[in-house]
Amino acid sequence: MRGEGALLIEYADLECPYCARANILLNDLPVRRIFRHFPVVSKHPRARLLAHAAEAAALQDRFWPMHDSLMDDQGRLEDPHLWERCRTLGLDLDRFEADRRTAAVAERVERDFRSGVRAGVMTTPTLFFDGRAHPGVPDAHLLARLAGLA
Amino acid sequence: MIAPGSPAPHFTLSDQDGNEVSLESLRGRTSVLVFYPLDFSPICTDQLNVYQEVLGDLEEQGAGLYGVSVDSAFAHKAFRERLGLTFPLLADFNPKGEVARRYGVYIEDRGHSRRALVMIGPDLEVNWSHEAPSPLEIPGANLIFDALAAR
Repeated sequence: MRGEGALLIEYADLECPYCARANILLNDLPVRRIFRHFPVVSKHPRARLLAHAAEAAALQDRFWPMHDSLMDDQGRLEDPHLWERCRTLGLDLDRFEADRRTAAVAERVERDFRSGVRAGVMTTPTLFFDGRAHPGVPDAHLLARLAGLA
Repeated sequence: MIAPGSPAPHFTLSDQDGNEVSLESLRGRTSVLVFYPLDFSPICTDQLNVYQEVLGDLEEQGAGLYGVSVDSAFAHKAFRERLGLTFPLLADFNPKGEVARRYGVYIEDRGHSRRALVMIGPDLEVNWSHEAPSPLEIPGANLIFDALAAR
């Protein structure tokens, strides 16, 4: 969770270019963002692995920095790039490597994914705001509402 | 579209590998027919990708999944490989859309089916059906789980 303001729950996939675009649009809005993983592996082969990496970073209080790092630079998602990101973000690399392979981290991601399925999420990103689902990259109307302007 | 309680209309269609799948071959287990407009179109891709992710859960609950569109078996084979799908895709190709027509989900002036789900029970009776309000809306996988739970 980050930010202050109205609650926004986002289901996203860290290997999804539409999610990366949505992240840029949401970054400076006055909303309280809750991120939930919705990795679609048949579409994005590294999505689940990246979700695990972000949760491993979360265990060192670096979820959002890792999230932003992955979202802002989607061309480099292989393991050596992850290690480089860890160094940049000041993560303990050995701990990261161990944590991202644990059952607890996998279960956390799976729990998010299943909660998305139950909520009817079928595409990423899907934003939940004001009690309803908004599938896809937020449009100008939704962004204005999120900004408190409409 | 076909209503719950009706006997499922008969069909025999080729899957992506040229194997015939008939209604009769579904006897004895619950099956879900996923009618979708076209292979390789953006929304169908999202829909089938997410169904693929929950396929294990559906199978655990005793349900098999079958995609159906008017595309040919060869197109299905390529589409399935592109998406990494493991459930069969059936070719409602010749006569085009005939099975979709029998299930009441064909859009004549567009030449493809609506986005619809039909659950067929082990006795080959329709248990549940759902049609998306528009082809742009994807029926959530949650609807299938809810229908399975309500059996």
